[in-house]
Amino acid sequence: MEAQASADSKATDHARGATFWSDRLFKAVVVACASVMGLLLLLFAYELWQSSQLSIRTFGWRFWVSRDWDPVRERFGALPFIWGTLLSSIAALMIAVPLSLGTAIFIAEVAPRWLRQPVSFVVELLAAIPSVVYGLWGMFVMVPWLRENVQKPLAQRFGFIPLFEGPAVGVSMMAAILILSVMIIPYITAVSREVILAVPRTQREASYGLGATKWETIRYVVLRYARVGILGAIILGYGRAVGETMAVTMVIGNRPDLTTSLLQPGYTMASVIANEFTEATSPLYLSALTEIGLLLFAITLLINALARFLVWRVTKGEGRY
Amino acid sequence: MRQRSMSIVAGVLVATALAIVAGCAPKKGTTTTGSETKVQITGAGSTFVNPIMSRWSSEYEKLTGVQVNYQSIGSGGGIQQFKEGTIDFGATDVAVTAEEQKDFTRQFVQFPVVAGTVAVVYNLPGVTQNLQLSPEVLADIFLGKIKKWNDRRLAELNPGVNLPDQDIVVVHRSDGSGTTYIFTDYLSTVSTEWQQRVGRGKSVSWPVGVGGKGNEGVTGQVKQLPGAVGYVELNYAVQNNLTFAAIRNAAGKFVLPGKSTGEEATRMAVEKLKQDIGSSVVNMPGENSYPITGFVYVLVDKQPKDAAKSAEMKKFFEWVLRDGQKMAVELDYVPLAEEVAQMSLQKLAEVP
Repeated sequence: MEAQASADSKATDHARGATFWSDRLFKAVVVACASVMGLLLLLFAYELWQSSQLSIRTFGWRFWVSRDWDPVRERFGALPFIWGTLLSSIAALMIAVPLSLGTAIFIAEVAPRWLRQPVSFVVELLAAIPSVVYGLWGMFVMVPWLRENVQKPLAQRFGFIPLFEGPAVGVSMMAAILILSVMIIPYITAVSREVILAVPRTQREASYGLGATKWETIRYVVLRYARVGILGAIILGYGRAVGETMAVTMVIGNRPDLTTSLLQPGYTMASVIANEFTEATSPLYLSALTEIGLLLFAITLLINALARFLVWRVTKGEGRY
Repeated sequence: MRQRSMSIVAGVLVATALAIVAGCAPKKGTTTTGSETKVQITGAGSTFVNPIMSRWSSEYEKLTGVQVNYQSIGSGGGIQQFKEGTIDFGATDVAVTAEEQKDFTRQFVQFPVVAGTVAVVYNLPGVTQNLQLSPEVLADIFLGKIKKWNDRRLAELNPGVNLPDQDIVVVHRSDGSGTTYIFTDYLSTVSTEWQQRVGRGKSVSWPVGVGGKGNEGVTGQVKQLPGAVGYVELNYAVQNNLTFAAIRNAAGKFVLPGKSTGEEATRMAVEKLKQDIGSSVVNMPGENSYPITGFVYVLVDKQPKDAAKSAEMKKFFEWVLRDGQKMAVELDYVPLAEEVAQMSLQKLAEVP
């Protein structure tokens, strides 16, 4: 009996030892993975900061507000690019968010079961298309169509409004915004759908039980419950819109102007880096491009922080679900 | 069971990490296949020269078995990597200036290997003939001073052509490029206003217009936008059936871009090149020379680390400068005039 017990306890000890060993290894590995990420981020920021020193010292804060971008005379300013990036990505969000949320609600709450898979599949397929393909499609199909059917009538009838000032040449801020919104819709839709599907059944049942209609249930229960996740989905989409390079470069017209017209060409931070980095040889030029990268990095961080803050404000004091 | 799968997960993670580290390890310049060692020459730089360079390298490999790997990362990148010594030769559309040479820690030679012409292309519905443009008019179009296709000055240069009342939309390269350098170098040479307001460079601050990425971007824009005018390397204009303009050269004649007019321009540059092999060859004299012509230069080390490899590379470029020139024509490049090829060979002879 005793021998049996001791053997048992030995076996447990052995098992426990193995658990400890593998647990520790596993923990070490995942901690390493996570710290590599953090370290990369720090290293990335440090490198950008280091390589932008020349530009930061030369131009100072004027770099942020200057409209010059003249590689020949080496006068650089980032304002048109910052403007273009913010305008294109925010406008793209304004188009993409309602469309994506509508689609997500349709898939999760409204569509008959047999239709959910096909619709999700089609939307997710959009996410799998490489951005250069979007760019080519934008350049050869969307841009000429936009020019003839949207921009020309707009410029003719509403050209007096600064927003629609002509001439209509096709490649423009408008084209970039449209292509960006198409590109971020699948991301926002897919994540929002998952979040909405994750809302517990009991919440919906309780709402119906209180006599709420379908609309009221979706509006006041489901969306309210899912809003933090949906905000996350929007941030994901925004991140993609800010960083998108290839497709935007092909349709935006690449002109560093501070334009308020949607019909005029513009430029974004990611695009100018992609366009000019390979052939930038002088140290100051390279440094100015790197500083744009640093600014892009900072803006992305800022927006992320802002979104976190929003989430925190929204959920504060009501106990997180 | 759970413990085992956890160990497996851990193992996989470790293995992945190791694989990533191993993947980063530097690769050797020569690969050994079986018993024979193949010579591999690596170069990088100009995107403009990439099509002909690929052709040269595949033809040369068939002849000799020597592999020439070329990465078209852009002239700037090519110069940078050559400077750092990570490649055997660099290729650039803009010669390294005496000023820039001071930054180099190594002795090297640069010489032209092939030339190209830049075509001024346009999309004018109803106009299929080659328009005639003077340097002043071309500069004023790109400065935004001539805004309509039926401008009086354009009409005077093109009697008999029914020019439409259409806005001119300038399309330029948005990415830094040697093509832009050649084009703006030409405009700076022929127009003082251009030189003062814009200047020459691989990227410039364009007074007007929209930017397309790459030759294909400009080609695409010009093709689909009525009223557009842009500049691309001749082969893009030819392959995409774009109409291009005849430009008035220094001798006062209107000439179209092409093999013979480009070659004539390089021949006219010989005296100038004797002074400085890197000098600009735009707006050369000669009745038949096309004014917007430029070279692609190759940079080679004078004191190579690997003498055997350097000797192979020298043989390759000797072949390029002799037999390789024929292939240039098929791909709408401009072969070097005999005199220029000779000068390049002399430069190459300085390499041990």
